[in-house]
Amino acid sequence: MLDKKLLTVACAAVFATLSAGAQAQYSGNVVKIGVLTDLSGTYSDLAGSGAVLATEMAIADFIAKEKPAFKIEMVSSDHQNKADIAANKAREWFEREGVDTATELVTTSTALAVMKIAKEKDRIALINGAASTPITNEQCNDVSVHYTYDTYALSNGTAKAVTQQGGKTWFFLTADYAFGHALEKDATAVITANGGKVLGSVAHPFPGSDFSSFLLQAQASGAQVIGLANAGADTTNAIKQAAEFGITPKQSLAGLLMFITDVHSLGLKPTQGMYLTTGFYWDRNDETRAWAKRFFDKQKRMPTMVQAGQYSSIYHYLEAVKAAGTDDTMKVMAAMKKAPINDFFAKNGVIRADGRMVHDMYLVQVKKPADSKYPWDYYTIRQTIPADQAFQPLSESRCPLVKK
Amino acid sequence: MRPTTLASQSAVLNPAVLYTVLLVLGLLAPFTLYPTFLMKVLCFALFASAFNLLLGFAGLLSFGHAAFLGSAGYVCGLMVRDLGVTPEVGILAGTVVAGLMGWVFGSLAIRRTGIYFAMITLALAQMVYFLVLQIKATGGEDGLQGVPRGHLFGIVDLSDNMAMYYTVYAVFCLGFFIIYRTIHSPFGQILKAIRENEPRAISLGYDVDKFKLLAFVISAALSGTAGATKTLVFQLASLSDVHWHMSGEVVLMTLLGGLGTILGPAVGGATIVTIQNQLADSVGSWVTVIMGAIFVVCVLLFRRGIVGEIQALLKRAGMQ
Repeated sequence: MLDKKLLTVACAAVFATLSAGAQAQYSGNVVKIGVLTDLSGTYSDLAGSGAVLATEMAIADFIAKEKPAFKIEMVSSDHQNKADIAANKAREWFEREGVDTATELVTTSTALAVMKIAKEKDRIALINGAASTPITNEQCNDVSVHYTYDTYALSNGTAKAVTQQGGKTWFFLTADYAFGHALEKDATAVITANGGKVLGSVAHPFPGSDFSSFLLQAQASGAQVIGLANAGADTTNAIKQAAEFGITPKQSLAGLLMFITDVHSLGLKPTQGMYLTTGFYWDRNDETRAWAKRFFDKQKRMPTMVQAGQYSSIYHYLEAVKAAGTDDTMKVMAAMKKAPINDFFAKNGVIRADGRMVHDMYLVQVKKPADSKYPWDYYTIRQTIPADQAFQPLSESRCPLVKK
Repeated sequence: MRPTTLASQSAVLNPAVLYTVLLVLGLLAPFTLYPTFLMKVLCFALFASAFNLLLGFAGLLSFGHAAFLGSAGYVCGLMVRDLGVTPEVGILAGTVVAGLMGWVFGSLAIRRTGIYFAMITLALAQMVYFLVLQIKATGGEDGLQGVPRGHLFGIVDLSDNMAMYYTVYAVFCLGFFIIYRTIHSPFGQILKAIRENEPRAISLGYDVDKFKLLAFVISAALSGTAGATKTLVFQLASLSDVHWHMSGEVVLMTLLGGLGTILGPAVGGATIVTIQNQLADSVGSWVTVIMGAIFVVCVLLFRRGIVGEIQALLKRAGMQ
């Protein structure tokens, strides 16, 4: 009788140890991914529900292909582009719901806020939608990855390629806040380094709706290229009005921060001939087309680079969890930084010490309406910008984690 | 003058009992609900209550209160982060700055009434918005990030959520008490008199402008307290705090909860914050639509707001 009791206790003890061991490997026995994105505002097209779908696809594909020993769950929430809502939600996820990684994070202020909380709570932030460079510079930390793109890559890529292809004189239309001025400054440096000349610039209030006087100034400058150092609705409004004033196609426009969804909503007529840089174009090769088609079947829109990057980053994260055999933050981060990324999105992509994932970027030109043969046939790829030239070099990084 | 709501309320419900119950509930709440969320609720409840002091009791519709909330947040954040002052000094500094701004805004705006008053406050608040957007120290559109919660009085570590909650709760109770006292003082009575019939108040010999200005300053300062506390809770201040959307949101909170009632704005603030936070997961993009619908329903059917309607019901029940 006594022996039986003892045995029971012993068994219970063994089970308890075993299950405790399993819990130590995967907290809560599950790898939980939180998608924090803009589901209702300005960026819901380029990230939003498409990013949630991309995450679901990545999880489903990973389970089908890798048959992992751990469970994977996903939660999503709308941060409404407000940093305080994002901070509140991320905190709640980390503290109460056992979320291991907060991802997507369009809008830089929300990304920066969540990065800080991730660091404090020892979790991971995978940033895809946010664009600004402080994420991997002044504000960098060792639990965050900036995966898809940043403003440096976009403005540099576009400015360099356009200047090299003969667009020697520039005039900037700049959104009058830190972000716009940073874009202009970065692009100007590249233009002058490549033998181009900036004839002038005009700052417009942010957010702006009437660009007529600024556009007329740009027209009067006689510059070959008008650089749009702004984003979102400012960019699309400026493009529309430039077409109405007949500025394009005499002078060409260069968008320093543009997405395929912007081209889609504006149409090809006002955007034709524009140069822009992107991290992903669905119609680039068979691999991208195959993935994009699966995405399109569910979303009825072609994926943006943010959504493609979201899929790639989640898949890479799950692979790292599998390789590390745990969801422990630092071990997974080490595994993510160790393994190169090879999928439809990136070839030999690497996550650097500053958290920047570097991969090839593409300089594209928007097609003429006549050349567009089927829906979403918008871009001609003019140039592949190799990874080591596309992003800010580590030697210029202001991230304290980078040892020089 | 309308009979005060307090008198009618006391017939059926003793306010002392009511407030004691609420006070205890507030003390126990973090054990069941998520503390960070509760802190946000408290900050916005205080903000809406401060706003209501002006709109509900002095009858002045300011459309620029985000400027006070946001500026105080930035001032507090900068002082705590860059100068290393303790959190209570940060909150105090935020309050003082918001109060001073309130004095400047108020001095200009109270010269006009109605729509012109609202427009002047909006214009001034937009100036603040653009200043915050342009100044380097505020971090522009990236916001002011990485504000440490610090140690209260240099002793209590606020990075612990419970310690932070009770600090915020104390700040809220103090702010709410100030508003309660203001409303129930002779000063509050005169404000109501001005709201009901300004020429009559003037003819009785009151310097109306002085009273309006003082109400404006108190309201702005307490909005600042809410903003500064909010910055500490979330460890950041962002542009959305100074954006005119925020000024609109506080009007919605006040109307939804019950304009001119004491508890109404706090209830309204809590409701809106809950909707924003909890529905964000389940309905996603429908949040804004639902908020709009609530506003329309509220204006059409419950014009007295949640608390106002309850009070009216109680009053009717008490009379029978």
